[in-house]
Amino acid sequence: MSLTLLRRFFVSAILLLLGYAAPAQKFTAERSELSFFSDGIVEDIDAKNNQVGSLFDAGNGDVVFIAKIRDFVFPKSLMREHFNEKYMETEKFPKATFQGKLVGVKAGSPGEQKIRAVGKLNMHGVTRDIDVPGTVEFNGGKVLTKSKFKVRLEDYNIKIPTLVWQNIAEEVEVRVDFTYKPI
Amino acid sequence: MKKLLLSSALISLLTTAAFSQDDLMKELKKTQKSDTDYAFQTFKGTRLVNGHTVETKGKGTLEFIFAHRFGAMNGGLYEMFGLDEAYVRLGLDYGITDNMSVSIGRNSVDKTMDGYVKYKLIRQSSGARNFPVTITALTGIAYKISPKKKDAPAGFENVDRVAYNTQLFIARKFSPALSLQLMPTFIHRNAVDKSVEKNDLMALGFGGRLKVTRSIALTTEYYLRLDAPDNDLLPEGQKRYNALGFGIDIETGGHVFQLVLTNTRGLTERAFVGETTGDFFDGNIHLGFNVTRTFQLKKKK
Repeated sequence: MSLTLLRRFFVSAILLLLGYAAPAQKFTAERSELSFFSDGIVEDIDAKNNQVGSLFDAGNGDVVFIAKIRDFVFPKSLMREHFNEKYMETEKFPKATFQGKLVGVKAGSPGEQKIRAVGKLNMHGVTRDIDVPGTVEFNGGKVLTKSKFKVRLEDYNIKIPTLVWQNIAEEVEVRVDFTYKPI
Repeated sequence: MKKLLLSSALISLLTTAAFSQDDLMKELKKTQKSDTDYAFQTFKGTRLVNGHTVETKGKGTLEFIFAHRFGAMNGGLYEMFGLDEAYVRLGLDYGITDNMSVSIGRNSVDKTMDGYVKYKLIRQSSGARNFPVTITALTGIAYKISPKKKDAPAGFENVDRVAYNTQLFIARKFSPALSLQLMPTFIHRNAVDKSVEKNDLMALGFGGRLKVTRSIALTTEYYLRLDAPDNDLLPEGQKRYNALGFGIDIETGGHVFQLVLTNTRGLTERAFVGETTGDFFDGNIHLGFNVTRTFQLKKKK
């Protein structure tokens, strides 16, 4: 093996390694709030989950989160029971996850940036591709992300029992508000 | 050289792009501590048929329970198959904490006032903490206002009106649809007709529910009296039977509507465990219902 060939091999090997290791700027959610709001005829329903786990890679925009359905807190305890038992079937589908990318992130640049979150949202055993608008802001080493979008219950095979009196809207508004810190 | 550089860079880029989200997901899963999943809604209501379930009311919720039993169906057309008669319990249950409830009630049978404290000792869980069953303890007191003082037999004291009951409820939710429950029961009555029965009564209850749809479930409950006097040795009218009941739970928003068929008209433990006079298999069946309405008094933040 000639010397040049050997050099080439090493260079490419190093580059290959670098390729894996390069975007190491990862963030973890230190504060998370995933909430939803349903505009009912009899009763408005809103619930919050402050225990969502999430990671964000500023190098390539990759983002993931896992929310336990049981962790959603409601103003009324009976609402929570119904939500878990009748709508989300939590024992069968205990988690909701998102796996995707924040598109249009300029890492480190100041001010609020308009971005899109593109990826797969999984809940109630159904995975769907979503593409929703949001914002991201790099502020003092932290990353603030926000998004607000609508979810149609039908899309995720969530059925509304006909006997339920407090009418649940067929579409709920989901809000994501996460603050990340570097790992 | 350039070509090789480019291709290696491209390969590394492609591989990271394809797998990084999955890797990130794996990484996230690793950071999540394995937590405990508690079983919830083992039963829809705090009542199975006549007796209790392991469920208690959530903190700050008040439940109004209206329980009603018609007369026995074998009363014939003259009694309109039982519909002419009615036995009622009006009750209020309140959740002091998520695990502790208190209640007061008024029964038309023997004009009885009752009250109890119910506490969920341990919850069925899986995950970091594993426990196979939910256990709830209940202790209650029932005070018979009937008979009136002036009609009471000689020597009958007010203290003779009182009965106590202590129960454990041990339930397991085997699947979202199926839950089964055991109810060891101890009842002490301050005064009984000693020629027929004893002051203390032990019983073992069995019960369960099977969900048919998300809002409808079938329930059953049976209290087996241990050490019960032999019916064959008792005169007619003094015979006592084990309480058996079947029900359908229908849940609509803040209500649970339970339609039941049972051989007892009593709604306190003393009355239905110890003093059931109807034989289910002789057509001594009462149609009845329990209707509950839940009010949230304190909102959670």
